[in-house]
Amino acid sequence: MSKILVCIKRVIDYNVRIRVKPDGSGIVTDGVKMSINPFDEIALEEAVRLKERGIASEVIVVSLGPTETQQQLRVGLAMGADRAILIQHDTAVEPVTVARAFLKVVEQEAPLLVITGKQAIDDDNAQTGQMLAALWNRPQACFASRLEINGNSALVTREVDDGMETLEVDLPAVVTTDLRLNEPRYVKLPEIMKAKKKQLDVLMLNDMGVPVSQQFTTLKVSPPPVRQKGVLVKDAKELIDQLKLKGVLQ
Amino acid sequence: MMRILVIAEHAHGKLNISTHKTVQCAAQIAGAEIDVAVLSDDASAVASQAAQLAHVKRVFKVEHPHFAHAVASTHAVAIVELAANYSHVFAPSSTFGKDLLPRVAALLGVGQISDVMAVEDSHRFVRPIYAGNALVTIDAAKDQKLVATIRVASFQPVATTGDATIESVTISATLPGYTRFSGHSAEHNERPDLQSAARVVAGGRALGSAENFNLIYQFADQLGAAVGASRAAVDAGYAANDLQVGQTGKIIAPDLYIAVGISGAIQHLTGIKDARTIVAINKDPEAPIFDVADIGLVGDLFTVLPELAKHL
Ligand SMILES: Cc1cc2nc3c(=O)[nH]c(=O)nc-3n(C[C@H](O)[C@H](O)[C@H](O)COP(=O)(O)OP(=O)(O)OC[C@H]3O[C@@H](n4cnc5c(N)ncnc54)[C@H](O)[C@@H]3O)c2cc1C
Ligand SMILES: Nc1ncnc2c1ncn2[C@@H]1O[C@H](COP(=O)(O)O)[C@@H](O)[C@H]1O
Repeated sequence: MSKILVCIKRVIDYNVRIRVKPDGSGIVTDGVKMSINPFDEIALEEAVRLKERGIASEVIVVSLGPTETQQQLRVGLAMGADRAILIQHDTAVEPVTVARAFLKVVEQEAPLLVITGKQAIDDDNAQTGQMLAALWNRPQACFASRLEINGNSALVTREVDDGMETLEVDLPAVVTTDLRLNEPRYVKLPEIMKAKKKQLDVLMLNDMGVPVSQQFTTLKVSPPPVRQKGVLVKDAKELIDQLKLKGVLQ
Repeated sequence: MMRILVIAEHAHGKLNISTHKTVQCAAQIAGAEIDVAVLSDDASAVASQAAQLAHVKRVFKVEHPHFAHAVASTHAVAIVELAANYSHVFAPSSTFGKDLLPRVAALLGVGQISDVMAVEDSHRFVRPIYAGNALVTIDAAKDQKLVATIRVASFQPVATTGDATIESVTISATLPGYTRFSGHSAEHNERPDLQSAARVVAGGRALGSAENFNLIYQFADQLGAAVGASRAAVDAGYAANDLQVGQTGKIIAPDLYIAVGISGAIQHLTGIKDARTIVAINKDPEAPIFDVADIGLVGDLFTVLPELAKHL
């Protein structure tokens, strides 16, 4: 029967207002709440639903990150994944390296479907799923808002700039999730307890024979330019007058 | 010498303005030679439009029945073949480029820079992270091909004063047939396009219903503006998904952006940071949208909008 592999990344929680380090070397992460990337929760929810409907037999969550990433993998197990794999590495790597590492897992597990988020909300790269699909030489369906498995293929509706597009992909394939695919469930306490007993394997990236790309160097991180605080107007008439004054309206 | 291949975005025989902007970004790399590839089942019309883009030297017509739709797994194989003699491969950071280019990069054995918003030199770029709450300056290794998507809101379109040569190219690689286009749907209307409009009026959760959202349409029509929406408004079914503005929707840079009943979550603000003038109408004086608004009006949209209509 068929397995689904779900990639979940540990990121700064989306509710946190991030701060740039004053020396421009990065983002402040000390004492900051970390969570599963929101798109990846959606990916996992979709996989768990497919299992609940008898379409998948096993859901495996995989992540590449430092040892603390086990926390997010445990949450994933509590959400309904059957087992977890951590590819441990203490420093951030480029998406192409993540994709190469995931390919090793894919070759090992031979899943019917890999679901990733459409983007990680820390680096906003939106690359890893597509890269994995390319290296695996399998179809990709990105920004999915609807997924329907029909035997050896899947119909995926994707959110594109000018509306919705539907692709038919042969399986196995990689699907990346958009926000409207589903609404992830809340995890209940008993599940968190149960998840502690589920299998979590740790692999070291450096032992996997994966070439670690070092194509890009971050020179500096800076806060975006701040917009000048504007004016408050008291009514519609004054608003129109202001717009005319600024030359935005004639 | 830097040689840049720009992948054209187009639909229904029309070159998308995102391509003009991507060429603008490429032209900021000093001394670069810029070519444009048009993949299509029938590329002639789009190729002649691309040939008019300033700074472009050659336009490649790459025709194949499989290119009738922009299916990433098929397009990527062709682009990898075309990319052989280039130092850079660029595409717009629209859903078209976001889908396609990482696949191209991985097949080329390299990484990608997503959402380039400024060019510092041929291998140094600035891009946003954390929904635009931080900017990174990145150096790319000079001995590897540089694949990048270009944030269209950050660049002006190039002029159409060019006169590039048009060449036909055939692809020898076998195109995979494992992905098939199966349909497309959009709500077509005569309104200006959200991504290129000079004025945008956007509505949020406060509108309360799809019916009330018509107030946004009416006001936008009066201004000749495009319509946008917050994610909350889209999720609630008040507006279509392709109207969503923000981190996971469209990043826009109109001259005028009017946010009506939108709180101003960071994920929304990232989509409008480059707007020249931001106007906020919200009944909550504490709403974060007022921190970025050039002009703010605290009030109930259901009374403010009719009054605005009257005074226009
Ligand atoms: C990963 C992720 C990605 C996201 N991406 C996006 C994105 O791309 N775009 C996006 O927009 N959101 C995005 N969001 C959602 C975002 O966090 C907010 O939830 C959303 O923007 C809120 O929409 P809103 O401002 O319409 O609704 P609310 O936050 O509910 O704000 C409604 C506002 O209307 C005001 N109001 C109410 N009644 C009236 C009235 N009668 N007159 C005037 N004002 C009134 C209220 O004071 C309030 O400020 C994302 C979230 C996540 C987690
Ligand atoms: N280090 C990682 N660990 C687990 N999943 C990842 C990792 N990096 C990327 N992904 C997956 O790939 C998606 C896109 O990430 P990105 O390309 O970094 O924007 C994410 O939503 C995750 O599903």
